[in-house]
Amino acid sequence: MSGDIVSVGTFEFDGSSVPFVAGQSVGAALWAQGVRSWRTTRVEGRRRGLFCGIGVCFDCLVEIDGRADQRACLVPARTGLGVRTQRGVGGARGAM
Amino acid sequence: MARCDVAVVGAGPAGTAAAVTAVGAGARVVLLDAEARPGGQYWRHGPGGGAGPGSVEHAARWRALARRLDSALTTGRLSYHARSRVWRLDPGQSGLGVLLQVVHEDGGNGVDASARETVEAAAVVLAPGAHDRVLPFPGWDVPGVLTAGAAQALLKEHGVRAGSRVVVAGTGPFLLPVAAGLAEADVRVLEIDEAGDGRGWARGWRAAAGAPARIADGVRYGALLARHRVPVHLRHAVVAAHGSDRLDGVTIARIDENWRIVRSTERHVECDVVAVSWGFTARLDLALQAGCDTEPGPDGAPAVRVDATGRTSVPRVLAAGELTGIVGAEQALLEGAVAGSAAAAVAAGREPAAVHHVVDGRRARLTAFAAAMHAAHPVQNGWTSWLADETVICRCEEVSAGDVSAAIDDLGATDARTVKLLTRAGMGWCQGRMCAEAVARLVATTRRVPFDPYADLLAGSGRPVAFPVPLAAVAAAGLAADDSSSGGSS
Repeated sequence: MSGDIVSVGTFEFDGSSVPFVAGQSVGAALWAQGVRSWRTTRVEGRRRGLFCGIGVCFDCLVEIDGRADQRACLVPARTGLGVRTQRGVGGARGAM
Repeated sequence: MARCDVAVVGAGPAGTAAAVTAVGAGARVVLLDAEARPGGQYWRHGPGGGAGPGSVEHAARWRALARRLDSALTTGRLSYHARSRVWRLDPGQSGLGVLLQVVHEDGGNGVDASARETVEAAAVVLAPGAHDRVLPFPGWDVPGVLTAGAAQALLKEHGVRAGSRVVVAGTGPFLLPVAAGLAEADVRVLEIDEAGDGRGWARGWRAAAGAPARIADGVRYGALLARHRVPVHLRHAVVAAHGSDRLDGVTIARIDENWRIVRSTERHVECDVVAVSWGFTARLDLALQAGCDTEPGPDGAPAVRVDATGRTSVPRVLAAGELTGIVGAEQALLEGAVAGSAAAAVAAGREPAAVHHVVDGRRARLTAFAAAMHAAHPVQNGWTSWLADETVICRCEEVSAGDVSAAIDDLGATDARTVKLLTRAGMGWCQGRMCAEAVARLVATTRRVPFDPYADLLAGSGRPVAFPVPLAAVAAAGLAADDSSSGGSS
């Protein structure tokens, strides 16, 4: 289980360091740290995180290394990734 | 362009069995799978191998298949691609084989042309599997509400407990292994709320007796849940989820035969995760792109029609596993092996060998079991009475139940497609995979007409492009602009 395994690396999420173990997705590593959401919706600004967990629902979209709309449940965690909460459509457009 | 004899889409039980069987028959095979590791949803596992938490037998069955996959790879006739998704399939135009448009996601989600590839195959076996069927309810978009499949994937692949206090709810036998797996991982599973009443099983006992392995699984999960003191409440449902930034509790109620809430039975349960599942939806996209005929599956939903060897109505296109009816892994393995053998024959220009009557008999018993299972766990209309006007129906486009009602009552929509055009429900990233069934059921319930699982779900299943890709990819693939298999995303 997550608590028993030594982390193999870390990535950045909104300025904090997130540990992960081999084979974990970005979304799973965030979830293991108690992070439950990393996107706000375009219309109502509701918080979203994992839902289907297998790449079907697109709820877990997140910005990774400056690119919006990445599915956190699918992207493998790698040391040095820069992960940021995606606001609305993401990127500069989302910051407006 | 890569060329092969047989392309297999999906490396779950059906696809893996198809690939190794086709290689064994002498074919050059390309196996394309969306996941990081083979095994599908059923044998999802982490990088350390094995098959995640589960029984010794479950893991042993995967290791046996994985060994066959390894030895197929040593022949040099199998090319296996992980994290590779097929977004478009076009059958044999102008003397070519079947064309598959692929994005290799390790190359970056298809944005770079180098991550995209066209594969031409003399025959293809479609084994893309299924995903959780979901139904909207108030608060289902609060972070912490997960599909049961997501809770399972977190645990089996990533070694992450979904939560610390978890409720498992919905309908169908999948709730049991999910809850048992969580309990075995020291998660406090507060209760299982099964919307069905179990009486369907009493009617289907004869069919159940024909699938002893499934019964043994059920007994084992039951024993595990008893050991962890997880109560199972029949005819109960999670009818609302609460919390703003994250889930802090759910409302659980007793429901009647039609799934309407029984008055004054609601109670609040504090939890940080609820895992929900109402059965499975087959991934029909590629088969519909190819033009394969469908028929009602054992659950009434559309399934690809195949003959005894797995051939669809479209030459050179075969199908196996959940695509041909939601029937479970045991039958998927069987169908995969049959289709893999037949695909190798088709690719070589031969007629597939007849299927042995013992295999046919076993398949018939498993299908009867699946039909009994679906009959025992139907989704009932009363579910729509749980919704409030502001309940989100389409998570992508943020369309509410009130918006859908207005499209039907005020604007005169009489089918799900019109609701979609008026409200954008189903036009977002997921292309209706999360909400199309809910919208179709809402239309039927609101208009007081019977929901037709075959026709109503088929209408929302066509997707000319199976998942979002850059326009440049569509242009490069040279797809016809006047595609007839409409119904996909905007």
